[in-house]
Parts: sequence; structure tokens; C-alpha cells
Amino acid sequence: MAEFVNLFNGFATVLAFQDVNIFGTTLSLPFNVFIMIVGIVLGVIIGVLPGLGGANGVAILLPLTFSMQPTSAIILLSCIYWGALFGGAITSILFNIPGEPWSVATTFDGYPMAQQGKAGEALTAAFTSSFIGAFFAVIMITLLAPMVAAFALRFGAAEKFAVYFLAFASFVGLSKEPPFKTLAAMLIGFALATFGTDHMTGSLRLTFGTEILLPGFDFLIAVIGLFGIGEILLTMEEGLKFKGKDAKINLRVVLQTWAKLPQYWWTYLRSCVIGCWMGITPAGATPASFMSYGIAKRVSKNGKNFGNGEIEGVIAPETAAHAAGKSALLPMLALGVPGSPTAAVLLGGLLIWNLQPGPMLFVENKEFVWGLIASMYLGNVVGLIIVLTCVPLLAAILRIPFGIIAPIILMFCAIGAYTVRNSFFDVIMMLAFGVLGYLLKKTNYPLAPLVLAMVLGDRAEEAFRQALVGSGGSLGVFFANGLVSSIMLLGFIALFWSVISAGISRVRGVKPATAG
Amino acid sequence: MIQSKSSSLFVAAAALGVALSGTPASAQWEPQRPVEIIVPAGTGGGADQMARAIQGIVAKHNLMKQPIIVINKAGGAGSEGFLDVKGSAGNPHKLIITLSNLFTTPLGTNQPFSYKDFTPVAMLALDEFVLWVNAEKPYKNVKEFLAAAKAGGFKMAGTGSRQEDQIITAAIEKAAGVKFIYVPYRGGGEVAVQLVGNHADATVNNPIEAVAHWRGGKLRPLCVFDAKPLPYNEKIAGDAAWSSIPTCKSQGLDVEYLMLRGFFMTPGATPDQVKFYVDLFQKVRATPEWKDLMNNGAFNTTFMTGKEYVEWVAREHTRHFNLMKEAGFLSTN
Repeated sequence: MAEFVNLFNGFATVLAFQDVNIFGTTLSLPFNVFIMIVGIVLGVIIGVLPGLGGANGVAILLPLTFSMQPTSAIILLSCIYWGALFGGAITSILFNIPGEPWSVATTFDGYPMAQQGKAGEALTAAFTSSFIGAFFAVIMITLLAPMVAAFALRFGAAEKFAVYFLAFASFVGLSKEPPFKTLAAMLIGFALATFGTDHMTGSLRLTFGTEILLPGFDFLIAVIGLFGIGEILLTMEEGLKFKGKDAKINLRVVLQTWAKLPQYWWTYLRSCVIGCWMGITPAGATPASFMSYGIAKRVSKNGKNFGNGEIEGVIAPETAAHAAGKSALLPMLALGVPGSPTAAVLLGGLLIWNLQPGPMLFVENKEFVWGLIASMYLGNVVGLIIVLTCVPLLAAILRIPFGIIAPIILMFCAIGAYTVRNSFFDVIMMLAFGVLGYLLKKTNYPLAPLVLAMVLGDRAEEAFRQALVGSGGSLGVFFANGLVSSIMLLGFIALFWSVISAGISRVRGVKPATAG
Repeated sequence: MIQSKSSSLFVAAAALGVALSGTPASAQWEPQRPVEIIVPAGTGGGADQMARAIQGIVAKHNLMKQPIIVINKAGGAGSEGFLDVKGSAGNPHKLIITLSNLFTTPLGTNQPFSYKDFTPVAMLALDEFVLWVNAEKPYKNVKEFLAAAKAGGFKMAGTGSRQEDQIITAAIEKAAGVKFIYVPYRGGGEVAVQLVGNHADATVNNPIEAVAHWRGGKLRPLCVFDAKPLPYNEKIAGDAAWSSIPTCKSQGLDVEYLMLRGFFMTPGATPDQVKFYVDLFQKVRATPEWKDLMNNGAFNTTFMTGKEYVEWVAREHTRHFNLMKEAGFLSTN
């Protein structure tokens, strides 16, 4: 019950009227609500621009907040983050260009839907799913904060590797593409992830004596190239044909889509759980979205249609990404370990506002913590309303002829690639990845495993080697306790799922025969 | 001396304000474009936090006409940032905030840069290191801890590889005749949580990285790797304050290590330009926000510029060379 009292105090903090001095006249405004709206709008813009991620946006705006009350400041910054989470889906669906890493999986079915003239439906589904995932995560934070923090502490290197292993395995085993093509694409991703610094020994790998390869390949550059540029190349080959012409663009679409969504309750629940789990452990929103998509594809009865514009293929990754994005804040607040790059920047902010993240934050700075949690509820609702009212507007973008929109997309991609590290080399790499993306698509190799391996490859390698260094080289460390063994076991089941399920159906198929 | 500098700046500004014809010969150099601070480490770490705090302080107190932009270039254990600054000779609108990787990265990875490539500006503070153990463990002091560690198999979690945490670990091994298994992680926060979760037996976290868990009763500090105890008397965990942590040396563990938090400019910066930034940092140090930051992180607030700073940096380089040589961390290629 104490949680509810705290939460209501939090709502009171967020909704409180403050005297604000605007142009010499003092007005009494719910200042925090105003800030929330500003934050979400900014965040959506940041999310739409590829490359300019939530982490960058928050980092740029962080110094502006130093003169604000800590509670108002964190509301502004966290709302930018929520906005970016919403915004990432927009370009994924409309142009097949993920605005953020966690919306890569949204392109798989969101873009085909837009091409079939169902952009409004896809956007509505994406936004609503985001909302539900985030809402689930916030409820979990409200009720379970102390327990969840204790659970997160049980994750050492071996347990973390097991989680990554599960993410990879569920992709190989659950993918409908031939497993060897999936594996090949994944291995290219792993290879690309090894460039740069070896974090375990501090030595350099595959830099060929040049400085430009020191930081390795940034995953965002690869995503912008593989998807954005690759897609433009494909469309050019098809003679710049325009596909999304008959997109319905009224608010009725929103209501019609909403009527359809409840039947996917099971997908929602599963995705929420995957998302929260990945957010806390902390693997983050990107693997959460991939894993949720992979599992939905295998489990759903429409699984065969995934990749051709199946609404469930939008729901699963978006729900999980948002559940993970929000729950990633919990380890940051309770343990001081950020679950995502954006959370890492917010962590820096907390320290500057004189707030020590950690177990004592919930005890000593109740007003701040519960103000933040209350703002997550309200920010979520405000965000959903803002983005949903934009659906018709966004879908209308598709009416612009592709010959005009393509150069604009190309320009935004180049700017996005440049902003990641202020490096022109990255723009060239983006074009190279574009060609690679085109070739892989032409030869029917799946791009998703490549991207997944690139995001998680070096983290998985690190966790694997940390675990082995600690155990003196014994692989037994991956089965040393109940937690890590059960995750590893799940991983193996997922990896060999097609074999196992074939076995099961054979047993089932045989039984009636013998009975008869 | 500081006052005369800032007052002459004030006079110069006032002179500009009344629009006197002709620039006075004594006019000081001032940035004409936004100033970039390069952070050769990731977002959220100690150097990054300090750079962003300075960015905020300068903006809030209007200490400079041009804004500051913080850019992280963490690749290759910071080489990316250092090489960028080294390659921007003559650009006075670029600074780099350093940590120990100014020494450890070129020594450990053979990257083509050295502290001599950069123009020293000022040391703003030194970061402390503390030996931490999990509060559930029975050992209450350094002696008991080392006695337990002698049995072998103790895991020391730390930030990065062949960097400060591992150098300190190697120094402890040598001073106390014990052996640790060093496990590198990406950031100090992650390291502290590994210790809280009992996935490691000890860490040498900076104060700011572990203080929250200390306050929460999860970690116990054993000793600080400085020559004298920390000067902060504010109670943190029960009756304990930073000042109540004994020095490692007083506990029979003769290891001292402090990490530089200082600024350098690009090669070939003029004395005028250096002076501008030294003055700027003096003003930053006088603000209450800066004092809060120092207090929170229990920093050693030594400030150095000019010849004194250059000599300190050269001494530290030699010391790192020797420490890394003994530990076998020098690059072999």
C-alpha cells in the first residue's frame, strides 16, 4: 500500500501548479505537464531523424536542465526518451529506415504494411503497442521495484552471456529462413562487431594500422546503410515505383485498428514480459525487440505471413522495445547501472543534480523517484495522444512522389551517419553498407540476424570471456547455478526448436497410426 | 594574481562595451566559435560527467560568450579522442579532458600519441581510489582481507584492461604478495554492482562509483590509495565519513594511486589561448556547483597549471611506464 501513497504523492508533484514567469507576467501553470509535452515533441523529432538517437538528444539537452528543479529536469529528459522511443517507429514503417536501433524489427512487417497502403494501421498499431509495453513496465516498476533490483543483482557475466545466447539462439532456431543463411548473416555480423578495441585485453583488432577503424563499426551506421540506402537502391531498380499511394489517412483508421488489437492479447503479454526482462538484465530495448519478433513469428498461427505485412509483426517488437526501454530505468535508479545508453546519460544527470542513484535513492529522495514514476504514467498517455493525432499527417507523407522523397531520405541518412561520431568516414561506410544490404536482399539473406549480431556481438563476447576468466577457463560456469543453467537450457531448446518440433509432430503423427 | 587577471578581462570587456575605436594591444584572446571538449571515454563515466558539469556551469554562470560542446570519442581505449586532438594542431577551440589513459593507452597499445603532443592547460582535480569489499564478507580491514586473499582465487573486478584499475591491482599483488583474478568491465557502475551481487571479491572503484552502495550498507571501504585520508567529514554510512577511511599505507599496503582529471589543448596552442582557459577553469572552480561535484565524488581538489602541471604529468608518465613494465602491460608490438 505504501507504494500507492507514494505514487499519488508523485502525481501531486507532477501536476502541481507552479508560478512561472513568462515575458514578465507571472502565470500559474502545471509546469511539469508543460515540460512533458515539450519533451515528447522534441523526442519524437529526435527519434525520426536516423542517427540522432535518444542518447544524443538527451546528452545535448542535459546542460540546459541544470538550472531546473531535479524533478522537472528528469521529467523533461525522460520524456525526450519516451518521445524518441515512439518516433523511432515512424520512419521504420514509412521508409524502411529505422530511426532508432530498437525499431529495426518494426521494419520487417511495418514497411510491407505501408507498401500495401496500410501505413495508418501500422503506425497506430506501433504507437498503441509502444504504449501498452511501456505501461506494463511502469506498473512493474511501481509494484516490484525492490524485488526487481534484487533479481538484477544476480546477473553476473555468465548469466549475461546466457541471456545473449538465448537471444541469438531464438533467432537461428525460430527463423523461417533456412538456418544456414541465418547463421551466415549472423556470422558476418559477429565479424563486423570484432573491429576496434578488444575490451578484455585493451589491444586493437583488425584496424589495419589505420586510425579510422579504431572505434570499430558503429551499429547505427550499419543499420542506416543496410536498411535505408539498401531500400533506396532496390526501389531505384524497380523504376522508382511508388507503392503507398492509397494510404487511408483519417482518424477512423485509428479506431478500426484499435478494434482489431485486443485479439492479440497473448502477443502483448508475451512481449511485455520479454521486454521487461531484457530491460532489467540489462540487455536493452534492441535485443528485446528482436527476440520478441522472433518468438512471435514462430509461435503465431500467422507466422508464415511474417515479413509480408502482418500486424502482429509490428505489435511484438514495439511492445517489447518499450517495455525494455522503460524498465531499463529501474536498474539505473536502484543500482546505478544504466540499462541503455540513454539511461547512462540520465545517470550522469542525476549525479550533477546531487542525487545518488542506488538503493538509498528510493528512501532518501522519495519525491524525486515517485515524481519520475508518476511522470512515466502521464508522459505515456500524453505521448500516445500526441503521436496518434499525427498519424494522418505522417501517412500523408507517403503521397509525395518517391523521386522527390528519396533524395531527402538520402540526405537525412547521410546527416544521421555523420552525427553519430562527427566523422565523414562513417558516411562512406554507410554507403558501403547500403550496397551490402542491397546484395544480401537480392540473394535472400536475412538482414536481421546480421544486425542483431552486430549489436550484441561484442557484449556477448565480453560476457563470455569475463565468465571464463573468472572461472579459470572452465565452461562449467555456464551451468553453475539454477538461474544460468535454465537460461542456457532455454537457449538450446530455442536453437534446436525446428528439430524438436519436427520430432514432436512425428510422435503425434505416429500415435494415431499405431492406435488405428 | 587570479583577481588581477579577471579584472583585466573585465576592463577589456568594458572597453569593448563602450565601443572604443581600435583594439587595445593588451586585448586578450577569446574563443570565436563554440568550444569542443573531447572526452576520450564513454558517456556516463567520470571524465564525461566532469566535462558535462563544466559545460553546465559555464552556461549557467555565463562564464564564456561561446557555448561548450562535449563530444565523446572513446574508441581504441581513448585513442580516437587523443588522435583527433593531436591532428587538430592550431585549433584553439578544442580541448581534451584526460584520465589515466593519456599514459596507459599509448604504453599499452602502442598508439602514436604521447602526453608531449598536447599543450597542457590545467589539472582540475585528482580522482581517488578506494579498496572496496562486499559488506557481508567477514574481513573488516586490509590485513584480514589480504590474509583471506592469500588463499588465492579472489576476483578483482575493474574498469577496462591495462588501465588504472588493473595497474592498481598489479601493484597490490606486488606489495602484498597475493594473486588476484582480474576481470575487466566497461564502466565503474557495472563494476560496483558486480561486487554488490557477489560476482567479484573486491574492487578499487572511485568514490563516486561506489558511494551509493556504501550508503545502502552493501559495500565496505577498507582503505584509500592516497598519501593522507580524505578531507570530507560529512557522515555517509552510519558514523563513517570519507575521512574515516584509513590510507592503505597506514594499513601496511604500500600502494598510492591518484588519477588525473585535467585539460590539454591541441598542439601549438599559444600562451594567450592557454591563459584564457586557465582563467575560465579558475572561475568554474569558484562556483558552488563545482564544489558540490568535488564533495560528491570525494575528489582531491589539487589545482595545477604551467610548469608545475607539466612536471607532474612527466613524473606520472614515468611512474606509469614503470608500473606497467613491472606488471607486463607494455605493448609488445
